[in-house]
Amino acid sequence: MAINYAEKIPNNVDLAEDRQLQRALEKWQPAFLDWWKEQGPEGFQQKDVYLRTATSVDAKGWASYGYTQMPDYRWGIFLADQAKERKVGFGDHYGEDVWQQIPGEYRADLRRLIVTQGDTEPASVEQQRLLGQIAPSMYDMRNLFQINVEEGRHLWAMVYLLHGYFGRDGREEAEELLERHSGDVNNPRILSTFNEPQTDWLSLFCFTYFTDRDGKYQLKMLAESAFDPLSRTCRFMLTEEAHHMFVGETGLGRVIKRACEVMNEIKSDDPTRVREHGAIDLPTVQRHLNFWYSSSLDLFGSDQSTNAANYFANGLKGRPDEDMFEDHIELDTTFGVEQLGEDGTSVGILQVPTRNAMNLVARHGYSKDCEIGLNRWNRQIKKMGIDFELSLPSDRFRRTVGPFANVRVSPEGKVISEEEWKKNVNDWLPSAEDKAYIHSLMQQVTEPGKIAGWLAPPDRGINNNPVDYEYVRL
Amino acid sequence: MAENIVVYDRDPGTYKHWKLDVDGSVATLSLDVDEDGGLKPGYQLKLNSYDLGVDMELHDAMQRIRFEHPTVKVVVMTSAKDRVFCAGANINMLSASPHWWKVNFCRFTNETRNSLEDSSEHSGIKSIAAVNGACAGGGYEMALACDEIVMVNDRSSTVSLPEVPLLGVLPGTGGLTRVTDKRKVRRDLADVFCTTSEGVRADRAKDWKLIDDYAPPAKFDEFVADRATALAAQSDRPESAEGVKLTPINRTIDDDGYHYDFVDVQLNSADRTATITVKGPAEDQPTDVDAIHAKGADWWALHMARDLDDAILMLRTNSTELGLWILRAEGDAARIQAVGQSLIDNQDNWFVRETTNFLRRALARLDVSSRSLFALVDEDTCFTGILAELALAADRTYMLDNQEEPEKSPAITLDATNFGMFTMPNDQDRMTAHFQGDVDAVAAAKARIGDALTAEDALELGLVTFAPDDLDWDDEVRIAIEERTSLSPDALTGMEASLRFGGDETMATKVFGRLTAWQNWIFIRPNAVGDQGALKLYGTGSKPNFDWERV
Repeated sequence: MAINYAEKIPNNVDLAEDRQLQRALEKWQPAFLDWWKEQGPEGFQQKDVYLRTATSVDAKGWASYGYTQMPDYRWGIFLADQAKERKVGFGDHYGEDVWQQIPGEYRADLRRLIVTQGDTEPASVEQQRLLGQIAPSMYDMRNLFQINVEEGRHLWAMVYLLHGYFGRDGREEAEELLERHSGDVNNPRILSTFNEPQTDWLSLFCFTYFTDRDGKYQLKMLAESAFDPLSRTCRFMLTEEAHHMFVGETGLGRVIKRACEVMNEIKSDDPTRVREHGAIDLPTVQRHLNFWYSSSLDLFGSDQSTNAANYFANGLKGRPDEDMFEDHIELDTTFGVEQLGEDGTSVGILQVPTRNAMNLVARHGYSKDCEIGLNRWNRQIKKMGIDFELSLPSDRFRRTVGPFANVRVSPEGKVISEEEWKKNVNDWLPSAEDKAYIHSLMQQVTEPGKIAGWLAPPDRGINNNPVDYEYVRL
Repeated sequence: MAENIVVYDRDPGTYKHWKLDVDGSVATLSLDVDEDGGLKPGYQLKLNSYDLGVDMELHDAMQRIRFEHPTVKVVVMTSAKDRVFCAGANINMLSASPHWWKVNFCRFTNETRNSLEDSSEHSGIKSIAAVNGACAGGGYEMALACDEIVMVNDRSSTVSLPEVPLLGVLPGTGGLTRVTDKRKVRRDLADVFCTTSEGVRADRAKDWKLIDDYAPPAKFDEFVADRATALAAQSDRPESAEGVKLTPINRTIDDDGYHYDFVDVQLNSADRTATITVKGPAEDQPTDVDAIHAKGADWWALHMARDLDDAILMLRTNSTELGLWILRAEGDAARIQAVGQSLIDNQDNWFVRETTNFLRRALARLDVSSRSLFALVDEDTCFTGILAELALAADRTYMLDNQEEPEKSPAITLDATNFGMFTMPNDQDRMTAHFQGDVDAVAAAKARIGDALTAEDALELGLVTFAPDDLDWDDEVRIAIEERTSLSPDALTGMEASLRFGGDETMATKVFGRLTAWQNWIFIRPNAVGDQGALKLYGTGSKPNFDWERV
């Protein structure tokens, strides 16, 4: 099959002249389309959706809007512009020229990093494939599809690296990315979080706020990589990732705003009464934050990690915003890592080599970033005259990775007994009853401009269009 | 660059340490080490002790006997010094040498000892050690490599392996293995022998089977001559034949590498690799015996073997940091196969047989080289027959599958020489070793003798490891090489040796394996080479201070 590459696959990697890449894509692109049709948003493949497409990396081209049927979306390959004379910014290769090719020595590690990152992109599309059918508005439905096609493009970005730099191994890994499926018992996605289906929109908003933000941090770390094509790919992906987090932040903000509106209307903060009026009460929102924040922290990996140390030392994966750090080598420095005391309840600090604590360093940056939206929501709550404050749980809460893995800890960070945990767990994490209630709210709303009752309308529409624009032609 | 290079070329006219006398069917090699003739400065070669330079001459002398003296049936190894046969490897040389030098030295001396046994088995050149004085350590190991050991019984000379009690190391050239496997010395007696520094006198040595026989000094020469005559009867070497003169190797050395007529070695210091390209005959080679003889050292099979043998030794000794050898073969397939056929058709001829044996030993040097071996079957290569052995010797083989221009795709062509002719130190041919003894896989390959095998064929038969196409080739190969050269050289040496020699052990694999494992370990332990280690303190009068912990 001959492909008109420039037209079909917008790119800035000179695809038309790169036979190696063309050959790989000739086989992979049809497989990707099959995957998209099978595993992509169910029920909307033939609908025109008002989508943003990147056609180049400059300010003019990275966001062109128009109606497209999703299978015809022009998934492209874009790398941020090459920085002149870029040097390795951290680790043992600090100050050396960055690599335009994979050093054989690091092939296996780089492939692992790229495959693990790449695997999350189609996984989230698979996780979200049924959400269109219960979209709370046409505006939200369109945002979901925008996220989905961009996760698809991020898959393309990672596949480009595999195809372009890893030869046969890379092509095989690229195929595997389409063969694994979220939640498939025999052939699951690599990270367990990405095997849980998302069946309601509150989870989607939490996922895009917390889990996609982990993705942002992973990309920020990979954007520091000494392997320049990886760095450039990730830098461009970050501009798109920002939209996903925007959906999460505004989505949760609208859930909270709607709750506050109802509370003011009924002049009550009783969750039961809030629910009777069709909104999601703030304690339920808090429980969802607790759940999603804690599970996203696990994605950073162990607080002490030899892999992380090797990645840093070898220049494969840096710290988010490496420039902001003073010491880019961190050879003999230490970093404090929390430890569970011998008494089983106290918390101490253990000094470990900084290189081994890179996951934790990144996670701290992530936590701070998470606080920003939280502060915004709390201001909104306060502005609406409600006496309630949302907060992030302690980093020790409900962890399955690190020193507090499977230790019972309260959201405040106190180690507690199993008994105490059981007594409070329904106040801390979404209960079966919460889930049932949330699901009862999930009704598709398709009339342009109309919004489900549990959600406040957005402040503005997409690309200067009104909120009641026909974002999806159903 | 050239001034510090160690070369292996030797010529009997300029030997410093050995004397070669040929008398009919008997060649006598007399060791008479020049104390001040060490290869490197800093030690004196007392008591007929040897260094690498002494062994280079022994290696050369054996080659001369094989090729230039075809009627020699027995080699008598003896000493030209009074009351001392050989004191073994020079201790001061060992203790002053870096670790890699010791190991490279041991490897070469082992190959030379093994080649004595190889020639006894395959060439009909028998050997007898005429131990006419003190015979210690490596000296006794040299004797062990001979078919027979006879000793003077002067009531004082002994044979000994004093490495453990005196030096805190092991005998490094197969002493322990040959005492058990070849001489079949009873285990407890071997234990006593190997821990007794002063050694064992002739009568007890014979009782313990450490030697075959002995004679008093006055009758010793005659006794040796009689034994030599008896041994000669076991040889099938010709009664009369004209030898083939081993002319000097045509080699140039420059910053790029070592360049021979049929081998080219490119040194790639930056990526720590060396590319060894072996070339086929430039013209048709003779097929009948007379014409082959007339060609002599210029017959491609011998010429190429000499070039390759020297290239391997040069790389091992002078390019220790080039940890990956990339093997390539070039040439005309039909010509290479024709030479292979000549080796088979004329195998009864002494010269052809000797050349085959030399090819086998030269190729076996690859097997025991502590370097990674990757064969690259790319455009313009010709891994055919004898030269296909290079691909089979490799730890991995990459073959180009040129889909863009299939007519430019290389082929691998097997012939009968790839099945049984060139055995490795484990007595398996490389095809069998490659398939770890899978007879079906070997048979499938054998069924394709003569076919120009494409990458697809070779991959299906399991002859090559990977067959990247033209688009992938450069990256795949580059990455594979970079990946390999980033791994620990020590771990690779151990791993490669383990994987190369599957199946049963032979004396040779035991010798090399134990050298790699035990001796290498002992050689770097403080108990041997620490400031208070036995090897370091030997000869100073101070007692070693051992760390008594058993490991």
